[in-house]
Parts: sequence; structure tokens; C-alpha cells
Amino acid sequence: MPYIPHSDADRKAMLQTIGVPSLEALFEDIPASARFPDLDLPAPLSEMGVRWELESLAEANLTTAEGSCFLGAGAYRHFVPAVVDAVISRGEFFSAYTPYQPEVSQGTLQAIFEYQTMICELTGMDVSNASHYDGATSTAEAVITAVNVHRMRRKKVVVSPFLHPEYRNVVRTYTQGMDLTIVGDEAASTDPTELLDKDTACVIVQYPDFLGRFEDLTDLGQAAQDVGALLIVATDPIALGLLKPPSAFGADIVTGEGQGLGIGLNFGGPYLGFFAAKKKHVRKIAGRLVGQTSDAEGERGFVLTLSTREQHIRRERATSNICTNQGLMALAAAVYMAALGKCGLRQVAELCYHKAHYAADEIDKLDGFSVLRDKPFFKEFAVRCPAPVAEINDHLLRKRAIMGGYDLGETYPEYKDHMLLCVTEMNPRQEIDRLVRTLKEVTS
Amino acid sequence: MTRPLIFEISKPGRCATSLPELDVQPADLPEGLIREDLRLPEVSEGDLMRHYTHLSHVNYGVDTGFYPLGSCTMKHNPRINEAVARLPGFTHIHPYQDEETVQGALFLMYTLQEFMSEIGGFPGITLQPAAGAHGELTGVLIMRAYHLDRGDDIRDVILIPDSAHGTNPASTSMSGMEVVEIPSNEEGDVDLEALKAACEEHSDRLVGMMLTNPNTLGLFEKQVEEICAIVHEHGGLMYGDGANMNALLGIARPGDLGFDVLHFNLHKTFSTPHGGGGPGSGPVGVSSALVDFLPGPVVTIDEEKSEGDLPFFTLSTPAKTIGQVKAFYGHFGVMVRAYTYIRTLGRAGLRRVAEHAVLNANYLKEQLKETYPLPFDRICMHEFVLAGPPEDVQEDGVHTMDVAKRLMDYGFHPPTVYFPLIVEEALMIEPTETESKETLDAFADAMKTIVAEAREDPDLLHEAPLKAPMRRLDEVQAARDLILRWQPSDEDA
Repeated sequence: MPYIPHSDADRKAMLQTIGVPSLEALFEDIPASARFPDLDLPAPLSEMGVRWELESLAEANLTTAEGSCFLGAGAYRHFVPAVVDAVISRGEFFSAYTPYQPEVSQGTLQAIFEYQTMICELTGMDVSNASHYDGATSTAEAVITAVNVHRMRRKKVVVSPFLHPEYRNVVRTYTQGMDLTIVGDEAASTDPTELLDKDTACVIVQYPDFLGRFEDLTDLGQAAQDVGALLIVATDPIALGLLKPPSAFGADIVTGEGQGLGIGLNFGGPYLGFFAAKKKHVRKIAGRLVGQTSDAEGERGFVLTLSTREQHIRRERATSNICTNQGLMALAAAVYMAALGKCGLRQVAELCYHKAHYAADEIDKLDGFSVLRDKPFFKEFAVRCPAPVAEINDHLLRKRAIMGGYDLGETYPEYKDHMLLCVTEMNPRQEIDRLVRTLKEVTS
Repeated sequence: MTRPLIFEISKPGRCATSLPELDVQPADLPEGLIREDLRLPEVSEGDLMRHYTHLSHVNYGVDTGFYPLGSCTMKHNPRINEAVARLPGFTHIHPYQDEETVQGALFLMYTLQEFMSEIGGFPGITLQPAAGAHGELTGVLIMRAYHLDRGDDIRDVILIPDSAHGTNPASTSMSGMEVVEIPSNEEGDVDLEALKAACEEHSDRLVGMMLTNPNTLGLFEKQVEEICAIVHEHGGLMYGDGANMNALLGIARPGDLGFDVLHFNLHKTFSTPHGGGGPGSGPVGVSSALVDFLPGPVVTIDEEKSEGDLPFFTLSTPAKTIGQVKAFYGHFGVMVRAYTYIRTLGRAGLRRVAEHAVLNANYLKEQLKETYPLPFDRICMHEFVLAGPPEDVQEDGVHTMDVAKRLMDYGFHPPTVYFPLIVEEALMIEPTETESKETLDAFADAMKTIVAEAREDPDLLHEAPLKAPMRRLDEVQAARDLILRWQPSDEDA
């Protein structure tokens, strides 16, 4: 039987050692009325059969490789070098547990230490933890950190309306039992700076923001510092290949979605939440940390450290309940950053930037379409359309198998009929030109 | 042997991939917002592969050997799961694609919801939580929302046995609620009198109770129906920590035993890899009274868009949802693996998993209980807890940690140590069903040899490990020096 190595003789000998007559007899502690239910589940499949079934389910989806994809909005199609999967497919990495026994877990531990260093370099921050579930949950954990830094005395959280709508949802879900007031995202016109006061624990902005725009955040950082609030910046790591890191604006905590760093779209997960902070907050942050030490012979090695913050030690007084995180995804991101390196990541970022600007310029020329250009943008931009976004997307999909942009009107009433388009290094010029031609058909 | 960091093998100009030329006119870059430097490593593809291959050689996984880490269910990770999870039809789909273009993915999620519902005995399932602790937070918030919805806004107490995983109290306080600890009795079960007293004392404020069954001693909580009845009598809800579901697959459904909420761990029970600490997946099942509070979206069938026998799957948000617990829909890639596992094993296979997990644990316990003190000597479920090395050995200063480190020299991963907290010097052993009798015998032999060694030469154990990739590491130094990243030397900078 699959995955169970016992022979009949083994089972018999083992039952004899235990002193019970049958496998059933091992379960007598379970109330008889509930024991051995007749489950309505399908019969087993052979390995071949299961592969065929899964292949047919996979084929029932339209992939971003079959069509052309201009969807972003928090999940991005970036190129993944072959080395990433080659490394994370090694069983020594993926079949290991959390590295609680460091003498036999140096592979995982050193890789995370290197990952932490890379995230610090990218964000400009002092310390990085070993990961969170995704960008949304790392941002929610940052809010809790900020509230804890203020010893729960500050109850106000200011959120930019241009933080990803799902991240804003998750921040509210996480903190619903904490008696906080979350303000700032009621209308697109709100300026977070104006809401800061002495009761504010933190202000959260996205950089580049949900509409793809970026700007100098120095003034916001200063305003936050003036009232003693923490500045939390949720960012796109690919953009940081080109843009100034959030540390330049005085960020206290930098979070974000690391999926762009070598992780596939996977219909939304598993992704990678990264979390970096100023050193002074290190004892208040959530998640695992890997630190350098030495062994009994003085050799350099790595261990999990500051675990007195964590649930398995501190229980109800822990900084978070997080246990399992995204170890293998952090490894993927580290391999990606190592593979691209200093110049490669810059090159990817520049490809995104220039191609997105080419697409925006071409679309702007079309009758009825106009690109929102109030601030610089990176790889995403908002376009006002001459028809409802759903209709345009339907046309793009049916006519040319093009996955159009995110419908901004769904979450921002102010941006009705606005589409958020994303262009990356994965969109060749011909694909962009085809998008522009197909959009033109909508108005003609 | 010192292994260089990837930064230490970096040389300017190297790169392990190549990127396409820019095929459009470059645009102007905005002034004052462009970064100057980015100190990422620069390595060739060959150097990169060697670096990580060397690191993999000093890492122990289930693929390397026996990994009896209690409470973690380190079973074999089937390769068919990995192969199908990498199909482009699953990896290259965007979460915001038109639903019509992802019906295969939605069918898989819908069917997995149905499977979890049937296995757990719960009418409602969310696949969104990313891990077990995340499922706990979800479940506790659902319990809170249920009481609030009934206008019952003074309830803020959750009862948790002293043997519970640390995540239980941590999830409770994260949800803004108070933990009241319930002691265990001499049999390792919940102390019923203490439970009754706590329920009386906190009756008006009782949100519910979190219970792991089998508990963290590996024992089935025999009074489970009575416990559920007491908590329910006081208006509380029963939360089940499903970390130990490997013992119950096809054996009993937590929903039938009286639980109102339960999280599953796909990365434990359903064979998806632990990944060196994630990604996991922690679906939550709930009773019919709680279905409306689930986080959204969940996958449902859109009757209007369905044609004949062909259902149309859609994402929808439950009416009184607690909100989203993460972006998008959960760890889809992990769901593909768990779905594949359930399809491979089928109904009969799942029950055989639990039977053999329990068989292996009891067999190993019988082998070891003559040598190591066993605080609760009864039939166990999928794991058991020993109270460290024998007393005479402990008196010579040899402790559980020394046994754990010495096991590495025999080629085994140590069990979980010093947990649960209610057993001093705990060694928590979970063999799982995918291990053979030969492996269990070899492990038992090593455990016995270690005690013999301790009696002969206690220092040998204090020195251990001697044959692992590293000698014992200094955790105190790590916390004191707090070196959390590599720093370039002056000449690099």
C-alpha cells in the first residue's frame, strides 16, 4: 500500500510486542459511537491515475504562458531562473522541519542568515526576520509590533488608502480583538500625514503604492517621527532593485510581498512575507530570527535566536503566535537574489520600468484612454477607460487571450472605469503592441 | 569545516542568469528617487549550485533519515505530489484571473473543501489559513465573532490545558482574549473537576476551550464527550487543535466527538513538505452554526452559471465573515499536494495511515519503556512522551538534550525535547506510518546504547554530537552578540 512499508509478518510481530490482537484494538479509548466512521471519500488511484487526473485539472486552467498577462495588483509574473527550483527541490531542504536542532540544520540556518542579509541590503534596514506567510500578514504583524512598541497605550493606526485593499482587510482581521481605531483609507483623497497625532501607533504606506506610483516619503517619515508614530512601509522588492530603499525615508519597519523574488504565481500562494526593522525594535518583532554563533570547536555556525519572544517559550505573552512560516519560499527568494545579484536585479527593475512606460505612452495615445500621471510610476499604472473595465477585459480575453488589468472601480469608487495594468520583463514589445491594438478595437 | 557565506564567494561582474535586452525606448528615471548601491552577491551559476548543494549536505530532512519529531508528523513527502504541483496549469495562474479561466483550480479547491469536511465532520471549511497557528487565530476569531453576533459581548475567556502547544495561548491573546489554564490529571487527561470549577467561575465570560486530541502526551482524551458537554453547557465552543489528526484519519471525526471548530495541518497529516519551516497550510473546519463567520473567499458553486451536469465554481464571501486572514485564497500549491495525497490513498488508505502511525508509536514505546521512564503507560496514539533518561543517568548529569545530541551521531534526527512542559525532561517521539519496523528497531537500539554509554562515560554524551556536521552550538552567545546578518569587511565596503 502506498507509503506504508509494513509486511503482514511485520504487523503481526509488532502487534504481538504491543500485546494487542489487532489494529482495531489500538483504538479502544475512542468512544464506540464515533469510532471507524464510514467516510464518503473516493477509492484510491494509482500513481499514473492520479497524475492523469491532476494533469486534466491543470489543463482546465488558462495559464499566463498561454495567454499574455497584464495583471499585477500584488501578484506578479516575473522570470524565475532554473536554479531556483533546482535548489528548492532538494529533499534535504524541503523535507526538513524548522531548524530547532542546529547541529544537523546548518543548511537551512545559513541560507536564512544569508536571506536575512539580502533583505536588509534591499530594504536598507538593520534586521530581517526569517519570513511571514505573505505581504498582507507581515504588514498586519508590523501593526501589532508598533502597538506593542507603544505598550498598547496608542490605539490609532493610520492606513494609506493606497495600501493593497486585501492587506487593509487583513490588518483589520488580525487586530479586531485589540480595540484599535484604524483610519485613513475611507477615501482615496485622504492624506495620511494629516491624521497623525500623539495617539497614533503607526502609519502604513505602500511604496510603490497600489496604483504603482512612488514618491519621496521623507516628509511623512518626519511627520511620523515628530509624533512618535512608527512608519511602516509595505514595498515591492523588485522595485527596490531601482528605487531608493524605504530606510532613506526613516522607515521603522519595512514589509512586503516577496513573491516576485523567484516564486511562481501559484494562484495566490504559497508566497513570502518579508519583514525588516530598525535594530531597536528587534525584541518586539514577530517571527524567527537566525543568529551567528560558534560551536564547541570555535567554528562559525548559525542558530535560531531570541526565541524568548516566541510562542513555544513565551506562550500567551509572545509577540505573535507564528510558528511555521515560509522557510522554503525564503530559500527560493535567497537563491533568486543570489542568481540575479547586484546587477541582475537592477536590470529586471529597469526592464519593468521602461516597458511599463512604453505601454503607458502607447495606451495614452488611444482615444478615450488616459493614463494617471500625477506621480512617477514603476511597473503598474492606472488607466481611465472609455468603457467598464469588465467589458474591456472580456473583449481582451475572448479576442486575443489577453489577461487585462485589475478593475480599480471594485475597491475604489473614485476610480470607476479605471484599470490597473502591470508590465514586467515577461512582456515582450510585441505583446504590449498587441494589447494596445486590441484596446483600440474597443473604441472603434 | 567553515562554509563560506554566499557573500564571501561574490566577485564583481558575475551573474547566475541572463536577461533579455530592452526592446523599447528607455524612459527618463525620476531624479532623487533612484538608489545608488545594492550589495547583493555576484556569483556564477556553477558557484551558486555548489554553494547550495554544500548547504544541503549539512541539512537533515526526512529524505536523509528517521525524523521522529513529536507533534510534527515528519512523514515521507511523496514525489508525485511535487511533480503535479509543478504543472504549469497550477503554477502559472494569477489569483485575479477571470474565474472562467481557472475552473480546474477552483474545482480542486472545492473538492478539497469537501474532502476536509468529510474527514473532519464539519459542514464548513476555509482553506485560507497559511499554517496551523494561522488556523488557530482564524478559529478563535470565529468563536469570538459568534458570541458577538449573539449580542454576547462580555465573553473573553478561553480555557487551555497545561499540556497545550504554545500556539494555543499565543493565538488566544492575539485575538484579545484571556487564557485560563486547566491542569492535567495523573492519567494525562484533563482534570475534570478543575474544568468544571473554571467553567463555573468564568461561565458568563466563557468563549470556549482549546483542546488537542490526541493530546500532546500522545494520549486520546477519553473524557472528550464529557468535556465538550461541560463547555457547551456554559455557552462555550470547543476548538480542536488538529495537529494530531494523523492518529484519527478514518478512525474518528472531531465533529462527531463534539468539536465546533478544528484546524488541520496539511503539512503534517496530509504529507506536504515542511520546507525547513514552511510553507504549511491550516484549513479550518466549523460546525453549521459557524459557517457564516468563515474568512472569505471560499469556493462555492454558482448555480446560475452552471450548465447541466457541469458546475461553475466561484469565489464567495460568507455573510458574517471575520474578514480575510491573508491575501488571496490560501496556499494553493500546498492544496494541490494534499489533494493528490487524498486521491492516492482514498478512503481505505487514509484509515491505514492512522492505524500504522499508531501501530508504530506503540511498538516503539514498548521497545523503549524498559530503558526510559514512561510517565503514562497506556496505549498511545501516534506519539508518546518519555521522561528523559533513567534517574541514575540523570543524577550523573546526563539530560534529555544530551540524549538528543548523541542520537545525531547514530544518524537520527532527535525527537522533540522538553515539550510538553508538564513532563520534565520530555522526549516526545512520533515515528509516523511511513517508517519500517527495521528503522524503528535500529532507533530503539541506538536509544538503548546511549543509556549504556551514559552509564559508562557521561562526558561522551556531554560532548555529543561528535559526528554531526557541527559540534554543539552556543545559543547563549548568539543571543548575547546578536549577529543577525553578514557585514562586509572594510575592504569590501
